[in-house]
Amino acid sequence: MKFGVVVFPGTWSDRDCGHVVTHVVGADLVYLWHRDRDLRGADCVILPGGFSYGDYLRPGAIARFSPVMEAVAEHAARGGLVWGICNGFQVLCEAGLLPGALIRNACLEFRCEWVHLRCERADTPFTRCLQPGQVVRVPIAHEEGNYVADPDTLDELERHGQVVLRYCDAEGRVTDAANPNGSARGIAGIRNADGNVLGMMPHPERCAEADLGGTDGLLMFRSLVEAATPVGRRHG
Amino acid sequence: MIARVVVVPKPVVNDPQGVTVRQGLRALGFSEVEDVRVGRYVEVRLGGASAEEAGTRVDEMCRRLLANQVIEDYRFELET
Repeated sequence: MKFGVVVFPGTWSDRDCGHVVTHVVGADLVYLWHRDRDLRGADCVILPGGFSYGDYLRPGAIARFSPVMEAVAEHAARGGLVWGICNGFQVLCEAGLLPGALIRNACLEFRCEWVHLRCERADTPFTRCLQPGQVVRVPIAHEEGNYVADPDTLDELERHGQVVLRYCDAEGRVTDAANPNGSARGIAGIRNADGNVLGMMPHPERCAEADLGGTDGLLMFRSLVEAATPVGRRHG
Repeated sequence: MIARVVVVPKPVVNDPQGVTVRQGLRALGFSEVEDVRVGRYVEVRLGGASAEEAGTRVDEMCRRLLANQVIEDYRFELET
């Protein structure tokens, strides 16, 4: 599995993602500059967190028009894996690769804290190392993570099992108190209808080593590495 | 020619900024305030187009970049 980590001007989580890819899970890595039109063999493209183009106009609005995003859209259309984290999720929504939008947190604050997430779908390439209903602890750091979509779109996401992660309490209950930003139906992460594009606000790359306070994020990186491994070669 | 573009959250989209500003105005004694929507104002200076062409172009600018129609409505006026 070769990961391509996209770097826009203003991206800040690219090295964190790259560190986990190379030093923690030991996969291949290539950094992709926003002007690149070639994904250089990346199997899974990561759009990391940050403030691409200063979040001017709206988060993700300008990044969406980068040359690299044309290649990312083509990769996604071919069934290639695309993983948007935080600002990357905002970019995917602006680009129309995922439905809905992310608006200002209901509390109007930048929230930087640990949250609990409930895994709603463990049958995706991004979550296959998790169990359905498993509660994981992952940090968030955003001001515009309030997921909105019209009711029909939300119903469609639910009906097709596209909600992959929801904010919850430590026991897995989805409540208003456990929702850090006001997201509709506690949505923290969704995938597209084909299942190869995932966007999420929390930061799994920041909790992939015990020294950083948690390792639950590693489960998602491992899931992707395993997704690329033929069944016969998979361990345990 | 100048296009004056106003982008506001759709009525159905919750606007946390608007709610907070409404509360602030009420706290200041403006009890008649019923609702506030906080949006964005964009001024675009255009060269060499007729008003009709400019209108078509600005509308396209709004749809493709200046507004996100999932969450926002827009309107604009042209000043020659």
